[in-house]
Amino acid sequence: MTIEVRNLVKKFGSFAALDGVDLKVDNGELLALLGPSGSGKTTLLRIIAGLDWPDSGEVSFNGEDALAQGARERHVGFVFQHYALFRHMTVFENVAFGLRVQPRAVRKDEATIRARVKELLDLVQLDWLADRYPSQLSGGQRQRIALARALAIEPRILLLDEPFGALDAKVRKELRRWLRSLHHEINVTSIFVTHDQEEALEVANRVVVMDKGRIEQIGSPDDVYETPATAFVHGFIGESIELPVQVDGGVIRLGDRPLQLTAEGLVPGASKLFVRRHDMLVGPPGTGAFEGAVQHVRNFGPVQRAEVALSGGETIEIDAPRDKELRAGDTIGLNPRRYRIFAG
Amino acid sequence: MGLTLSWLSVIILIPLAGLFLRTLELSPEQFWAILSSRRTLNALRVSFGLAFAAACVNLVMGSIIVWALVRYRFPGRRIFDAIVDVPFALPTAVAGVALTALFAEKGWLGAPLAALGIKVAFTPVGIFVAMIFIGIPFVVRTVQPVLQDLDPEIEEAAGSLGASRWQTIIRVILPSLAPALLTGLALAFARAVGEYGSVIFIAGNLPNVSEIAPLLIVIRLSEFRYADATAIAVVMLVVSFVVIFAVNRLQRWAQSRIPAR
Repeated sequence: MTIEVRNLVKKFGSFAALDGVDLKVDNGELLALLGPSGSGKTTLLRIIAGLDWPDSGEVSFNGEDALAQGARERHVGFVFQHYALFRHMTVFENVAFGLRVQPRAVRKDEATIRARVKELLDLVQLDWLADRYPSQLSGGQRQRIALARALAIEPRILLLDEPFGALDAKVRKELRRWLRSLHHEINVTSIFVTHDQEEALEVANRVVVMDKGRIEQIGSPDDVYETPATAFVHGFIGESIELPVQVDGGVIRLGDRPLQLTAEGLVPGASKLFVRRHDMLVGPPGTGAFEGAVQHVRNFGPVQRAEVALSGGETIEIDAPRDKELRAGDTIGLNPRRYRIFAG
Repeated sequence: MGLTLSWLSVIILIPLAGLFLRTLELSPEQFWAILSSRRTLNALRVSFGLAFAAACVNLVMGSIIVWALVRYRFPGRRIFDAIVDVPFALPTAVAGVALTALFAEKGWLGAPLAALGIKVAFTPVGIFVAMIFIGIPFVVRTVQPVLQDLDPEIEEAAGSLGASRWQTIIRVILPSLAPALLTGLALAFARAVGEYGSVIFIAGNLPNVSEIAPLLIVIRLSEFRYADATAIAVVMLVVSFVVIFAVNRLQRWAQSRIPAR
């Protein structure tokens, strides 16, 4: 199933949750909608599911207008952040729900329903919990049951709204891997919403980065990390150093100090320089584009993180390899191995 | 624990025991004669029958009111929310007088109803109306917090799984609210059975037709037939207790299907 969204606008009062969104999702993709809260990603997901309606724009499934149908007719599996399990039903009945409410003409007989539920519980590896109630399960188990319930109706599309948002870090990591392999197995076109960049980059085939109701970039996890399209994407994904610079006459200045960086192809004016923390290489004083004094050094797993006061006045944090000798009070030169400059 | 038991004993159990002791002054034959008299039976029937009917109406209408109050935002919602409590606070005699004036043959509602041939004031229908009036807050106030707690997402989940609105209500919402609904029903019923003040104004109080059991008790008392009064009271007590106990069990059963979160 392909999904196509054209020029979608949705306003809540004067707040534009979606401000002209275009998106194409290919069959069998596992797509992540990534953005901070308020970026419109959940609204977009809910509109695709038929739980919300846009003010204008189009949504089509396989070229067919989806907005003409309600959530019930769209045949979309939806997984909620807080599971939304039916607490008065057992796990088994929760999963069976979608099969039991089918119109009588197409409803399967009891034996078929039982077999199908059993199969789904096996798929999410929780068949031993069939007779429990949702309140007796852990968060991770509940979310897997919610997923099994959504899959029971053999959805054309699977939509997941912050599926791991309410879980603790360790369970989250396990479920991420599990979701990816599950997607591999069932191969349903899937979209999940997350504000966790690591989650998006690890799980998805493609990542859609959103901010303020607009799509900032669509690309593979490598694309959005290595070649961010906008200042927002660079700042949001991966840890970046952000410095306000001035571009004019082929020179980049930080404050009044010219930087030895090429200004080729840049628009003159106020700009932002972005460098990944680990791309800032430490050298002897006087050798790099920047110079600064080390304030603190802390060890962080494989790297040491140093706070450096640049001679221009800004303080930045850099990640250097552990074997590099750095001490508070040292004066060092810094040279960005890679950097990007965005106007504005 | 000790405090609870002593307090319950002083406030509830001892007065009730006194009631039972008083009836012991009667021989079983006398007791039976009082109860099986036509007037007593009719009074009990009017009280319990109408109370149950009123509680059922309150259950349905109360659920609808709760739904609107919890799920919709409309101008004046807070005021309506406050109005629900009025029957709690209003002296019941005031309610009775007001309802009587309203439903009397010349009243605002009584006149159009009379034109349709329906008499409310001074008939059993009047009792029914008064019982609905005083019972409604019990349903609303017991169901409201539970519905507020019920995540609207479960309705969306049911919808996206293909359930129609009706299926969602029957299979998802009502079962989730069942324990609270049953509690509300029991409370509204109990209140209606025990209601005196508002009913006697509107009922007309015709023996065998629109005379409620509590009124009959008062009449017997004023006739100094204390044993008669207590005999009726004991029956009311036992029946009420059985009904409330049954609803309680039903509610426990419904609750056990929804383990606490």
